[in-house]
Amino acid sequence: MKPASFDYFRPSTVEEAFQVLSQSGDDGKLIAGGQSLIPIMNMRLSAPSCLIDINGLKELSYIRADDEWIRIGALTRQREVERSALIREKSPLLTEAVPFIGHMQTRNRGTVGGSVVHADPTAELPLSLLALNGRVVIASADEKREVELSDFFITYLTTDIMPHEMLTEVKIPVAAVPMGFSFQEYSRRHGDFALVAAACVIDTDLEGRISAARLVLGGVDAVPILAEEAMDALIGETLTESLLDKAGDLACMNVDPEGDLHATREYRRHLAGVFAKRAIMAAYEKATGKGG
Amino acid sequence: MIKMSAGERVEISLKINGKVYEERTEPRKLLSDFLREECGLSGTHVGCEHGVCGACTVLVDGAAVRSCLMFAIQAEGADIQTVEGLAKDGQPHSLQKAFSECHALQCGFCTPGILMSAVDFLDSHADPTTDEIKEMLSGHLCRCTGYKGIIDAIEQAAFRRKEGENVNGSGDTI
Ligand code: FES
Ligand code: FES
Repeated sequence: MKPASFDYFRPSTVEEAFQVLSQSGDDGKLIAGGQSLIPIMNMRLSAPSCLIDINGLKELSYIRADDEWIRIGALTRQREVERSALIREKSPLLTEAVPFIGHMQTRNRGTVGGSVVHADPTAELPLSLLALNGRVVIASADEKREVELSDFFITYLTTDIMPHEMLTEVKIPVAAVPMGFSFQEYSRRHGDFALVAAACVIDTDLEGRISAARLVLGGVDAVPILAEEAMDALIGETLTESLLDKAGDLACMNVDPEGDLHATREYRRHLAGVFAKRAIMAAYEKATGKGG
Repeated sequence: MIKMSAGERVEISLKINGKVYEERTEPRKLLSDFLREECGLSGTHVGCEHGVCGACTVLVDGAAVRSCLMFAIQAEGADIQTVEGLAKDGQPHSLQKAFSECHALQCGFCTPGILMSAVDFLDSHADPTTDEIKEMLSGHLCRCTGYKGIIDAIEQAAFRRKEGENVNGSGDTI
């Protein structure tokens, strides 16, 4: 299992990277942490003829926050997010979700941008960032644009990014009020791909009524899915057992998973309901101060 | 900017276990193969070659990573530790000693990778819980031991380190 040969470029500035990207056309493939790309290259499922290594672009490795946005540079390692005090304070859903990504040994190298552009429908970061209403910054030699995550994922491993472009930053709006949040995942083995994962953020008013809710399910379709009907059902209500059941049922109906070797379609759908409910419940408890 | 064409072999310099190595590599050569074939450091084992088994784990600038999921050229200038660097002056590292005492290995194929992860892990977890150790070990497959001995060994090494016991004086510089 050795990768096929490729030309190798390691730019030392973002401008150089754009230059190589536009010269290499469809043949160029960016490599960041490589924790998803190198396995598929080793298995020869992918054989890019030109590899552009962005690990030299230290300026793309940062976690910052101002009043409006939390910004994470594309090359930031997952492990840095896991350990970041700023993320723990401002966006603790990520702190809860990141330990589910692979293993400590892969998070040491895997990056935030890499996980988002790889767009595996079971991946934890795309799911959580969508729940957090995040955006991506995409740049090329002559343009810079921002895309809402809800418009970014197209299908399995496919996003709204062109061969000459590069994702440079992920940004999350800083919520005005601290929100309740929860990330839940079920996989066959710890660190393996999720069968189903759910991320939920909830805000409540002083009476405990839900004023805002976002629920995202992963592993149940070609892209992470916003469970909009379930979200709508929650708004304006206090969480009761029957409302929770209803939201879980709506979340199940929202999804149309595929069956595979690891789980049948019915089982995945069942899990989607169970994990949606767990995530809603835990997020609600945190929002109302009961869950610690 | 660094540029190499497919198949081109260039010399890279990196530090492994405190010693500078200057060896040739082509772009597609994995760090695991580079360590074994070019540097003669065959203590780093290669199991699955796609990031699942953990046998190839080494420290790159202090962090435990899969050497089969990195190209050697990406490690240019890095500071690498492999299992060969654990023992000092003929004395085993405290983890190695604990592994031996707790029967934490049988065939030993998985052991070098687990040792290197455990070094990184104990650096940030001075007083780890059994669950934290299990979580760290989830990145490693061992087909022999059933893991119990490995968990015991890591707990023992952590305990001794906490108690400040210097096991046979190895000093454990990493
Ligand atoms: S050989 Fe690298 S993880 Fe298995
Ligand atoms: S001791 Fe044989 S694989 Fe772990």
